Amino acid sequence: MGNILAFCEFHDAALRISALSNIAFARTAAAAHGGEVIALLVGAGAQAASAGAAKYAGKVIVVEDGALAHYLAETYAPIVARLAKENGATVVSATATALGKDLIPRVAALLDAGMASDIKEMKGTKEFVRPILAGNAYSTVEITTPIVCVTVRQSEFEAAAELGAAGAVTTAAAGAVDALGATFEKLDATKSDRPDLGDAKVVVAGGRGMKNGENFKVLEQLADLLGAAMGASRAATDAGMVPADWQVGQTGKIVAPNLYFAVAISGAIQHLAGMKGSKTIVAINKNKDEPIFQVADYGLVMEWEKAVPELISEIKKLKATR
Amino acid sequence: MKILVPIKRVPDPTQKAKLKDGHIDLAGASWIVNTFDEYAVETALRLLENGEGPARIAGSEIVVVSLAPEDAGKEIRNCLAMGADRAIHVVATDAELDSLAVVKVLAAIIAAEKPDLVVMGKQAVDGDANQVGQMLAGKLGWPQATFAASIETDAAAKSLLVGREVDGGVEYKRVPVPAVVTVDLRIVSAHAVKNGVTPATHAYGGDGARLPSLKGIMASKKKPYEQKKLADYGVGAPVIKETVVTLPPARAAGQLVADVSTLVKKLADEAKVL
Repeated sequence: MGNILAFCEFHDAALRISALSNIAFARTAAAAHGGEVIALLVGAGAQAASAGAAKYAGKVIVVEDGALAHYLAETYAPIVARLAKENGATVVSATATALGKDLIPRVAALLDAGMASDIKEMKGTKEFVRPILAGNAYSTVEITTPIVCVTVRQSEFEAAAELGAAGAVTTAAAGAVDALGATFEKLDATKSDRPDLGDAKVVVAGGRGMKNGENFKVLEQLADLLGAAMGASRAATDAGMVPADWQVGQTGKIVAPNLYFAVAISGAIQHLAGMKGSKTIVAINKNKDEPIFQVADYGLVMEWEKAVPELISEIKKLKATR
Repeated sequence: MKILVPIKRVPDPTQKAKLKDGHIDLAGASWIVNTFDEYAVETALRLLENGEGPARIAGSEIVVVSLAPEDAGKEIRNCLAMGADRAIHVVATDAELDSLAVVKVLAAIIAAEKPDLVVMGKQAVDGDANQVGQMLAGKLGWPQATFAASIETDAAAKSLLVGREVDGGVEYKRVPVPAVVTVDLRIVSAHAVKNGVTPATHAYGGDGARLPSLKGIMASKKKPYEQKKLADYGVGAPVIKETVVTLPPARAAGQLVADVSTLVKKLADEAKVL
């Protein structure tokens, strides 16, 4: 018997789409633990987002305080740990976003809780399946601490649907907030009107073979035509062609869209780890021996310089007929 | 400044995963220092040297710590050969450890060593857990700066401005020392580490961490190397146990298409994704 404290990220008075995967996990966990889902919203704008969150969780706890204007693991972790204890949580979860990955292990340390990262499945009550070795194997781990912490791989848990009736919203005090001297200075945001890489139904990704950042423009045209997010291989982000947060792979974003275009990407295992869960994979590469063709559903052996503009014009033609 | 760098040895990630008795078969595996940890050693060196001169900043020290089986000496000494000053090797097998146990041992070593900074990789490329840095900071009550793509020290080296790779861009976070920093891939790019001693115009070259020089390899054999037992740290049985490992199903073979119009037709009619 225990509750599931689901730490949820929000944006503009609504839960982030990524948080709905965490809610989906939390519902499964709540059934297994015989408890309820408690969505926890911390920080500036939490109150405004609480009504949106209550559509998905039977209970919502809001912590908003002037001292929590910006996310810092140092200030958030003690709040999450304290509320886990106060609310009888046996599981503390978050989606494995950059924030979730930064925060939850720190919470686990404060709770002396064992943790499973980036899980793809729950078995029993404290047994979880998670990818290891760049997704080349799945490890099932059993945790024996009274409270367990998990981060949830967004692409493995389908976004939760709304509940029939809205949940109850309560507020909790932040308590003494101590950032331990850490300060948020600024965010250099990657400006984009495109969908978040983790949420997108279509992803257009380019690799080292694109040669420079300017050449990504044609891929961006393709992306905008399809309402897609942009992605890249590590080779392209390391070379500074495109922003680092476009990186798809073992150490970047893990994505599983309906359609993934890998353009001028060789297909190193680290990259495959980030996208091989995609439903349909298209590889465009001039070298037919590249490993990307081994995971592609459709392979086109052609230079991107020729293939991508043709692809844009063919898709435009198709759209015109509908 | 004294920097402690925890490192992990991992099976070479280019090897194909095989199973034996429901777990990864590591018999005959070749081993490397986890790439992110190698980058952490490189970062520590860049923080504590003048990149234009061979000289390390006076009074600086880099201690590498590893919890690893008896035979991991080669990988640990590799970090000494890169330029770290001494090593602490806590002999332990994977079966005896989980992230909380590793954190307990590291916290005890840090209490004794009193470093100004802990720099480590953001994750090990075998377990892919991405936990220990954050847990260690939480356990110590220190600030943390994870996923560092850049680090700039202030003039007195009392705080660090860390560029962190987050969803949606790069976040700049300032942390006072002592702190735990975990490094991401871009930390080894040409101008990622600024210590106020290396000229700002200096560009580190190459791809990734430095390779040990012959001189470094010779020197590493004489550097202090302390071996400890796991039992010295009062670590109990692991609370996280791996019950079984499975391999993912292979993707069904795909098809090559002759031209763009065929591709678009198949995506629309066969895969129904356009």
